[in-house]
Amino acid sequence: MKKTLLTVALAAAAGFGASAASADTLDNVKQKGFVQCGVNNGLAGFGSQDSAGNWAGLDVDFCKAVAAAVFGDATKVKYTPLSAKDRFPALQSGEVDLLARNTTWTISRDTQLGFNFRPINYYDGQGFMVKKSLGVKSALELSGAAVCVQTGTTTELNLADYFKSNKMEYKPVVFEKQEEVDAAYDAGRCDVYTTDQSGLYAIRLTLKQPDEHEILPEIISKEPLGPAVRQGDDKWFDIVSFTHYAMVTAEEFGITQANLDEMLKSENPDIKRFLGEEAESTIGKDLGLDNKWAYNVIKAVGNYGESFERNVGQGSPLKIARGLNNLWSKGGLQYAPPIR
Amino acid sequence: MADNTNTSLQFVRRELVAAQKPPSQEIGLLAWARKNLFGSIFDSVLTILALLTLLWILPGLIDWLFIDAIWRGTDRTFCATVAQGGIQPDGWSGACWAFVADKFQLYMFGSYPVDERWRPMLVFVIFAATLAPLLMPRVPYKVPNAIAALVVMPVISFFLLHGGVFGLSVVETSLWGGLLVTLIISYVGIVVSLPVGILLALGRRSEMGIIRMLCVAFIELIRGVPLITVLFLASFMLPLFLPPGTSIDKFLRAVIGVSMFASAYMAEVIRGGLQAIPKGQFEGADSLGLSYWQKMGLIVMPQAIKLVIPGIVNTFIGMFKDTSLVSIISMYDLLGIVRSSFADANWVSAVTPLTGLIFAGFVFWLFCFSMSRYSNFIERHLDTGHKR
Repeated sequence: MKKTLLTVALAAAAGFGASAASADTLDNVKQKGFVQCGVNNGLAGFGSQDSAGNWAGLDVDFCKAVAAAVFGDATKVKYTPLSAKDRFPALQSGEVDLLARNTTWTISRDTQLGFNFRPINYYDGQGFMVKKSLGVKSALELSGAAVCVQTGTTTELNLADYFKSNKMEYKPVVFEKQEEVDAAYDAGRCDVYTTDQSGLYAIRLTLKQPDEHEILPEIISKEPLGPAVRQGDDKWFDIVSFTHYAMVTAEEFGITQANLDEMLKSENPDIKRFLGEEAESTIGKDLGLDNKWAYNVIKAVGNYGESFERNVGQGSPLKIARGLNNLWSKGGLQYAPPIR
Repeated sequence: MADNTNTSLQFVRRELVAAQKPPSQEIGLLAWARKNLFGSIFDSVLTILALLTLLWILPGLIDWLFIDAIWRGTDRTFCATVAQGGIQPDGWSGACWAFVADKFQLYMFGSYPVDERWRPMLVFVIFAATLAPLLMPRVPYKVPNAIAALVVMPVISFFLLHGGVFGLSVVETSLWGGLLVTLIISYVGIVVSLPVGILLALGRRSEMGIIRMLCVAFIELIRGVPLITVLFLASFMLPLFLPPGTSIDKFLRAVIGVSMFASAYMAEVIRGGLQAIPKGQFEGADSLGLSYWQKMGLIVMPQAIKLVIPGIVNTFIGMFKDTSLVSIISMYDLLGIVRSSFADANWVSAVTPLTGLIFAGFVFWLFCFSMSRYSNFIERHLDTGHKR
């Protein structure tokens, strides 16, 4: 019942949102002079604050990239840290222009809540972590287990579906804040911890005895995480989408933050077009942006691979492998449509 | 008869006996312990149980908090065991004060730009300089002091913090955070809620129907809704109903929400005090020919407020702690910023969340305890014979 009410309220809000939040987000953003970006209020590697109060993370890089594409200046962005529960009303009400908060793309979020998703900046999947002492080797042996899970996420729903479809029982132990879930699991209040696999590796680092826990091989869901915008503003949607694709394309071309200016002299017509060096090209203008938009994005945050390694990969304490997030040509799923 | 010196009495003491010390069993630590800790068998059992509990908890706590704690360090490796990828021996656990030290400025000012942090610091100084003398009964010039602390200080602080005048750069409220936000919201709440609460309480007891109804409606409406709901509505739903382009600062919305809340609760506390004043006081004032405001200001309120000081301070303390709810609308007060700092990948470890929360709890305790002690002091200072 509560859920129905919430859905109705959100759907109603979405209806208002279309009228309340100005339809042309790009004009709005240009007029304001900054992009208001909804980010995670605290997820290592995706959105968090350092000691000086600066935001950092894969999603934060994406916000900066959009600001760089629009203004040529990655500092023209303001962050609204949002919890899992508050993120959708915030986007619907126009409080933020863009939601880059490790949000899973699902059909109901796309239709019912009135959002648009396209690029995926992190392919994730839900996994399980258990204590080794339980002797469990597969998620199918988890019948009757107490499972710690964070509420308000697709994780909670996938968990219910997975146990139901495999005719297993479980006791959910539900919390709103991630650190509450962490503490409960470490204190032994539940046998199993479930969340996106990227998160499980980070969380395992914080446990008292990381060696005594293992992450089970099963991935029970697809979690394509990507930026979301409000429906009904295709121009802004295109800018957000192609900002990500520009980062991927740069990696395909081998353009990095470091060699960017050398690449400007490249004779490769694709690269010239991409970086806005081709005189008659109107790619940037058609997006409503400067022709150097892609150059500005790479200048600000580097290509996708650089951003990945810096925030969640080998350059960070999380050390997550590229896996599914590698380029399509290297066995992953990151694939950008041609920018021409 | 006339000459006492020739009496036949055997002995008359002519000087006082030097006072003797009480029997040794009745003084000193031992006697105190026997009387207070081992007065009866039941007392003795309780004392021993309490001592055992302390012995059981304290050494571990002290070890964890101080002895095994890490005081200096630059990243997570200092507070993580080898198995967790750090430098501490396996099985180690202790407070990670290095984390709090590294994040201290963040906890105090939030995302306030580093170069501009002298501004909140200056505000803290002005805040202390105007408030401290106001709180000390002995210091003269109360009226100018009160105007300085309650009117001038907030205005100066606002312009200092927000900027945009005298060449100060604008620092938006969305960048404010940490203890700064906690203190601003609760200070404004306290300064606003007391007078508004008094007016509401008087209004609720007024004989003018419309005023009474309005006051009752306001109080009951606000008290009937959770603070978290008001904050959430003000933050995410209000923009949907306002015409596009109009925006009221989120921080301001939170401050207004919290102040309204505190006022409604304060009104009921004050009304409790008013109920306790005997009817004769009102009638006495009337018979002296005092006007309504003179009666209330000179006779009734001073007595009523003195009676409900514990209730007032209770409301203040409750409100101070409630400010942590503003994190629901993406504003980061002390607790909110401490919690969000756990996600800094440079500091991810098993002990950082606990250390951060202990720090936040300690700061909250420090403020609430000071308020509580101060209210005790004021109660004693104002005590005029109701003491029990």
